[in-house]
Amino acid sequence: MNDTNAKKPGARQPSRRQFLIDMAKTACTVGLMGTGLALYSKQAKALPPLAIRPPGALLEADFQGACIRCGLCVRDCPYHILELAKPEHNVATGTPYFVARELPCEMCEDIPCVKACPTGALDHQLTDINKSKMGLAVLVDHETCLNFLGLRCDVCYRACPLIDKAITLEMLPNLRTGKHAMFLPTVHSDACTGCGKCEHACVLEEAAIKVYPIKLAKGELGHHYRIGWEEKKKAGQSLVAPDDEHQYTLPEGSRYEQGRGLIQGGNGESTAPGAQPGALKALHGDKL
Amino acid sequence: MSAARKIGTNVRAEKGWFASHKWLILRRISQLAILALFLVGPLAGLWIVKGNLAYSLTLNTLPLADPYVLLQSLLAGHIPEKMALIGVAIVLAFYFLVGGRVYCSWVCPVNMVTDAAAWLRGRLGIKGGAQISRKLRYWVLGMTLVLATVTGTIAWELINPVSMLHRGLIFGIGMTWTIVLAVFLLDLFVSANAWCGHVCPVGAFYSLLGRFSPLRVSAAKREACNDCMDCFAVCPEPQVIRPALKGAKQNIGPAILSPNCTNCGRCIDVCSKDVFRFGLRSAK
Repeated sequence: MNDTNAKKPGARQPSRRQFLIDMAKTACTVGLMGTGLALYSKQAKALPPLAIRPPGALLEADFQGACIRCGLCVRDCPYHILELAKPEHNVATGTPYFVARELPCEMCEDIPCVKACPTGALDHQLTDINKSKMGLAVLVDHETCLNFLGLRCDVCYRACPLIDKAITLEMLPNLRTGKHAMFLPTVHSDACTGCGKCEHACVLEEAAIKVYPIKLAKGELGHHYRIGWEEKKKAGQSLVAPDDEHQYTLPEGSRYEQGRGLIQGGNGESTAPGAQPGALKALHGDKL
Repeated sequence: MSAARKIGTNVRAEKGWFASHKWLILRRISQLAILALFLVGPLAGLWIVKGNLAYSLTLNTLPLADPYVLLQSLLAGHIPEKMALIGVAIVLAFYFLVGGRVYCSWVCPVNMVTDAAAWLRGRLGIKGGAQISRKLRYWVLGMTLVLATVTGTIAWELINPVSMLHRGLIFGIGMTWTIVLAVFLLDLFVSANAWCGHVCPVGAFYSLLGRFSPLRVSAAKREACNDCMDCFAVCPEPQVIRPALKGAKQNIGPAILSPNCTNCGRCIDVCSKDVFRFGLRSAK
């Protein structure tokens, strides 16, 4: 002991030096770890498109700061659709998600998963499941969708819990046959909750309709854009020009109706103005 | 420390195996019972406890939440709902009283992994290894808190072996075993008690939480110590013992005041002279 004490003044310099070196070593190790983890966490923020968060989930960036990965939502889901991501999954470790094609959200009215969430990563303000926005269904593939091929599959439309609101069938003429109609499943973003029932129900090998994160699925108009007919509705009148009836030049005895097309012969219905014979002025009717 | 004699030979000869492993057995019972409570739900459909160590709900009424993960969430910019806050308050109060690192030795499932590594290390006679500072864990703790703040996510939870193992056991293990194996191998080959005693920021957090806990191991009969060194050999944080055991002259102790004592009680078990016992911080 005495020896070491005697050496102390001389030994002090290298020990302070050693202390600083050790500090630097630790700091660099931890700094490296931290940088690696920061980069990984940035990657992990990118939720793969097919992984859907439970109803009421905050935006992904906020969600990963709020979800503590306790799994209570998983436990309280009566249909067992939710899973906590394992390290090998492409979703932030331990966070809940579901894959619609495997099992879609059944849209429970009492939303038990949201109620179970202790942190509010699933927002407790969501009390009406029909207002949830888990994603947005998109009819991705017009080439394989049976309705686009002219068939009446309609399965996604029928499976939709908000039928005729979130998915409607829009009738269009089938130009291939020239005489049939096509009923195109059309998703309406204001009503679609992203539950994924349509994707789950799609009869194809690979679903033609898929739920995507809203960010991927939805376009956004330029903020200065104004939609004419909506402005007109708001104003109660046309804002740019006098609003004239649309005029058509049509063969005698036929008339045209919006949405129905050309109608041959008068079958007792009132004749549309454009169908009046010899109405040459109709040529210029829409050029005011 | 003579290599010829194995740790705890004296006490085993005097008291028998059970008496010399009392606290170890109790600790294993505690660890396994807690795990079992979480597991009877998913395995047998008996839902006593739901969730995992991050947050759990017992009998659908008692919330318990991990203050460390919620602190990270808070730093990431999220204010939790009421249930999580109540759960955190209960857990904070509990560990504040019994000692923060009681979490490490009585609750955490990784402890069984690292204890197994330590046991095997002894059996295989693996000595030495990398020199890791015991302060590293506080740096890592600081790093995780900074990361939560900077990234706005609970970044540490992406790789935290503690929560991953517990979650994995209850919700499906997946590839989590690779990370657990990494911790095991780290402790076995790289350095003794490397994970729990040097790196783990969860333990570091809980050590700070138990900074002033009244429940401590005390070297109450330190004058009876015969310097067999078994307690130092068996302790996962041996640096905490010396001030209490050898501090009579400097008027330190006899309670072990270091927040890194995990209150595991192995020193109590292993001492043939009954030097240690559980007591209060203020014990004389």
